[in-house]
Amino acid sequence: MLSLRPLFLAPARLLMGLLFLAPLIIVFVYSFLTRGAYGGQSLPLTAESFARLADPIYLRIVFRSFWIAGVSTVICVLLGFPLALFIARSRRRRNLWLGLVMLPFWTSFLVRTYAWMFLLRDTGLLNTILLSAGLIRGPLPLLYNDFAVVLGLVYGYLPFMVLPVYAALERIDPSLLEAAADLGAAPMTTLVRVIVPLSRPGIVAGAVLVFIPCLGAYLTPDLLGGGKSILIGNVVQNQFTNARDWPFGAALSLAVMAVVMVLLWAFRRGDREGFL
Amino acid sequence: MSRLLGLYAAAAFAFLHLPLLVLAIFSFNDSRFTVWEGFSLRWYRALLGDARLLEAVWNSLFVALFSTLLATVAGTLCAYGLWKRADRLLSASMYLSLVTPEIVTGVSLLAFFQWIFRSFDFRLGLHTVILAHLSFSIAYVVIVVLARLRTVDPSLEEAALDLGGTEFDAFFRVTLPSLLPGIAAAALLAFTISFDDYVITSLVAGVDSETLPMVIYGMARRGVNPEVNAVSSIIVTGLGILIVLAERLRED
Repeated sequence: MLSLRPLFLAPARLLMGLLFLAPLIIVFVYSFLTRGAYGGQSLPLTAESFARLADPIYLRIVFRSFWIAGVSTVICVLLGFPLALFIARSRRRRNLWLGLVMLPFWTSFLVRTYAWMFLLRDTGLLNTILLSAGLIRGPLPLLYNDFAVVLGLVYGYLPFMVLPVYAALERIDPSLLEAAADLGAAPMTTLVRVIVPLSRPGIVAGAVLVFIPCLGAYLTPDLLGGGKSILIGNVVQNQFTNARDWPFGAALSLAVMAVVMVLLWAFRRGDREGFL
Repeated sequence: MSRLLGLYAAAAFAFLHLPLLVLAIFSFNDSRFTVWEGFSLRWYRALLGDARLLEAVWNSLFVALFSTLLATVAGTLCAYGLWKRADRLLSASMYLSLVTPEIVTGVSLLAFFQWIFRSFDFRLGLHTVILAHLSFSIAYVVIVVLARLRTVDPSLEEAALDLGGTEFDAFFRVTLPSLLPGIAAAALLAFTISFDDYVITSLVAGVDSETLPMVIYGMARRGVNPEVNAVSSIIVTGLGILIVLAERLRED
């Protein structure tokens, strides 16, 4: 009955092994190699690239990346929870609202980031409107700073927060809410003491799903940070292109992957309902 | 409280959708600046005269078509195999491939290709872009097709086997036909993520294999440009249609 199953799995096994696992192993090997004089990499094996991660310059960038990703995640929780609550409570148009949340996720991340350049720059739409309304005297510095980067990340990854929170809210038994109301809880009390605790697995799942891509973000800090808001992703990219220090870039990539795996492992242990 | 929630939701949807809407409106602006000076198609006409951009469009379509075709076949077969019996290693690596930050996927593929090039006479080009796109689109196909398979009754296949059909008959003549809408939806999604990708593509593309997102990135890096507004609007509209179509097929 199951005799042909390996045949069905073979193409995916081959492709995932060759194009996902093997490259990760290569990066692992490269991170222990020595950087050559002209940008190549060779033996002997060394842990020097990992030691350089402790360099204050890079340590500061790592710290900043965690900070930016953390702030973006918290904002996504605050913005995403009420939106998920709205969708979970609407009866007839649920699929429409979910579609409207997902649509921007599937449409070009690059274009969506560019749209914020168009809105935020000195002669962009927001500054033009504020100037012509007489609310400000000179253009506000909205683009090429941390504010723009966080805005871009929140805009880009908000759907990742809304969906798992919505899924958690949908599973809450309505009779629990009736019970809270019958026992005299005000709507706000029910929200804080019943709904939020019960939707916690969804919130944590959303936070993991938002934090990971924010931590490894490359495009958003590059375009909206304008070279002033450098995060880990930009350093990795630079080591593999201009700086040509592949062993160090590989060590940084592995450090990011280690954080990703620890987060997923920690989360899946507590995730009994299968949100991820 | 529910009125407040409704107002908030309206603001949140505006935040999600207004930026692209405004961009699309201004792509029809006659002026180069952010001041409305009348309706015009001049930036769209400018696109048609941009040879570099048009070549990039063809490259992107070529890459997206090929990687989608391969990812859909491999992903569908894989979903079917996983539906029969779970495979922890394969599921775990797909799951990890979905959450790995793009920049890490990109540099690891670059390192892998470079390592292969040492032994074989082989260069970066559109073929390496196709392979890279395959690595991240298979998992999407598996998820979408597997969701569809969960609605399929396994006893139908058992009936086919009891009636003397082979395992191939059971797959191709019983299960596969009922999966077609899901497979089509998966293919549309794989196409859009391939057509869109910049980060991974830019790392593994050769010098003469520029895709559309790479050209757009280059233009955007130099600042806001009305031609980019126009091409962005076309992309968002085109991909938006594909996504809505995919959702229709998925709910079917």
